[in-house]
Amino acid sequence: MRIGLFIPCYIDAFFPEVGIATLELLERLGCEVVYPRDQTCCAQPMANSGFNDDCAATEALFVRNFSGFDYVVAPSGSCVHHVRDNFDAIEQTGEVKDVRTRTYEIVEFLHDIVKPDGFPWARFPHRVGLHNSCGTLRRLRHAAPSELHEPYFSKPMDLLSKVAGIEFVMPSRPDECCGFGGTFSVFEEVVSTKMGYDKVSDHARAGAEYIVSADTSCLMHQQGCAERIGVPIKFIHIAQILNGASA
Amino acid sequence: MNNDPILHPELLAHDDPDAIYRDGRRLDHAEGTSQPLRVPPEKQPRGAKIRGGRPVDQAEAAARFIAAPEHEKMHDERLWDLRQKRDREMHGIPEWEELRSLASAIKEHTLTHLDEYLEQFEANARSNDIHVHWARDAAEHNRIVHGILRDHGAKSLIKSKSMLTEECGLRPYMASVGIEVIETDLGERIQQLDNEDPSHVVVPAVHKLRTDVAEVFARTIGTDPDNSNVHYLAEAQRESNRPLILAADAGMTGANFVVAETGTFVVCTNEGNADLSANVPKLHIASIGIEKIIPRLEHLAVFVRLLSRSALGSPITQYTSHFRGPREGGEMHIVLVDNGRSERLGMEEFWTSLKCIRCGACMNTCPVYRRSGGLSYGATYSGPIGLIIDPTFNARKYSSLPFASTLNGSCSNVCPVKINIHEQIYAWRRELVKQNEVPFVKKAAMKIAAELLSRPAAYRAAIAAADTALAHLPRFVIYNGLNAWGKHREVPHPPKQTFHSWYQSNRGERK
Repeated sequence: MRIGLFIPCYIDAFFPEVGIATLELLERLGCEVVYPRDQTCCAQPMANSGFNDDCAATEALFVRNFSGFDYVVAPSGSCVHHVRDNFDAIEQTGEVKDVRTRTYEIVEFLHDIVKPDGFPWARFPHRVGLHNSCGTLRRLRHAAPSELHEPYFSKPMDLLSKVAGIEFVMPSRPDECCGFGGTFSVFEEVVSTKMGYDKVSDHARAGAEYIVSADTSCLMHQQGCAERIGVPIKFIHIAQILNGASA
Repeated sequence: MNNDPILHPELLAHDDPDAIYRDGRRLDHAEGTSQPLRVPPEKQPRGAKIRGGRPVDQAEAAARFIAAPEHEKMHDERLWDLRQKRDREMHGIPEWEELRSLASAIKEHTLTHLDEYLEQFEANARSNDIHVHWARDAAEHNRIVHGILRDHGAKSLIKSKSMLTEECGLRPYMASVGIEVIETDLGERIQQLDNEDPSHVVVPAVHKLRTDVAEVFARTIGTDPDNSNVHYLAEAQRESNRPLILAADAGMTGANFVVAETGTFVVCTNEGNADLSANVPKLHIASIGIEKIIPRLEHLAVFVRLLSRSALGSPITQYTSHFRGPREGGEMHIVLVDNGRSERLGMEEFWTSLKCIRCGACMNTCPVYRRSGGLSYGATYSGPIGLIIDPTFNARKYSSLPFASTLNGSCSNVCPVKINIHEQIYAWRRELVKQNEVPFVKKAAMKIAAELLSRPAAYRAAIAAADTALAHLPRFVIYNGLNAWGKHREVPHPPKQTFHSWYQSNRGERK
């Protein structure tokens, strides 16, 4: 299986360890992984702000970078959501449609395609609270959201439960948005950060040592909020735990 | 012995939350005047500043709401409690998702045959001896209502809560023609006395603390400014309002549902105030938006099961009143109002917003709404549904609203008629950019981002510069008023190297 690794811009710049964990994890599971060097971004920042015409060149670049792989995999739910569900600033040729449908977020890719029996190299003896980001929860459908009447399922919990030593805590509002929201985080920064304070405090009250998520952007925002108000909690991407991060 | 808890607060049980004041314990041992130790109550933050047709600054008003922590916390927790009660009710209905689909399908069907059902309703209503009027817009609605009142020599009007009359600006209009309007819904009456718009479609004064209500009532109906006991306040309001209700010349209601096959309509309330408005005076006027129609009585069951469960997390409203025609010796008028609805029906991406049954579930679940307060939107409709309806009235004035969302999608999931609210918010952003109704700063920022992100070499240089800057610049350069990220949160820690350069050095071979 030949995989194009998509490392979104903010992960490249600020959280290289998340990209490295994703790459190593896929390789451990027997995938051939290629990182196209000219990649930048999926164009979501412009699209979410309504500037769809400004997305065209970036989307075209994305397709040039990721055409021809069996799958495109990224450790970021909201970027994958953009590629799969919006991403319509450019003409929808067969090639574009093909790239879009082959693009997966790492949790759903592992859960639905690779289906590993376990992660024997991983051990994480810590109390973690899972942050279901809105992009993964309600768009990519990682798990059953609390608003809907449907049977319980959770792809990230299925994967994390295979990690030795891990212990889960449940915040009081598990599905509540943390307030990142892309450009919302700067254009409506007061509401955004208040939501972030509430989110990290909720996890801290539940006893979490770590907040784990499939969306690094949410974690980046939450970390900034926790550090500002002094909530002693750590942040880690799910790929890092599955790849055997010790702490 | 008089056991009225207002006169004898010592009789209240100690676990009664109303026995203990929010900001201090009752002095149990003090004789006679058992007033709590008080600090001055937090002042109520007011809503968005309205500057004619200029864009409402929702973020500014929201920031002021958050700066009043008692209000923000109460508001967030109160509405989250409604959301949780809604979830519990939902889990009691195994066919919940089928009900939602059915409700959505009934509404979509009706909206796509709206002309036929409206004509059917009109004919059936007339045969029930109901006078039917048609209003193209808010102004025509107000003129029609005024005309009916004038014909009957009516000088005072009692009315139950109706978002449509808010939309039409009925109260200010009536004030201008010398007719006194008295709201019969407690929350709406509080808002009327405070000369403030409702902040929520179901619980209009939910943004107010009891101390705010005490202040309003002390100012307007003469209650004790230091007594914010809810029973005392509610009773005082009732004492002041009932005589006005009994003496009113005419009554007005809205409608939750209008049934085409029977020519009748239904009003749902929890206070019975629609029944007061409709039944005390001989003249009953109902203002009804044309999208409220459903084809048959049997469809009503679907909506009645969904409405209150979604709104307040109760199985049904206390009162579900069916109005089938004027009572003996009385007169009933219906004003069917368009006010932009036909135009909205023609909007390809936004017409399904007309399915809305005004339950407020999207507001209760919205994390932005709960922390901003409904008045921050500066519009008749606030919260997620407001974001997609308000710009249809005035795209410029409400151009900031679709951006007051994280696009988290919880609103669409709780919507009992399955409006894809968050997708319409996203679509409105595109629409507003197309209509050039976004600030220049945002446009400029997006152009720069688009340039960088489409050019790998420029992008690489920018990333390296950002990391270097974060690693080496002093804190005051990074955390200043220009960096919106850093005002209330820390910036990410710059890593030793980017993923890109790690990959170069560890997986070396260049392609």
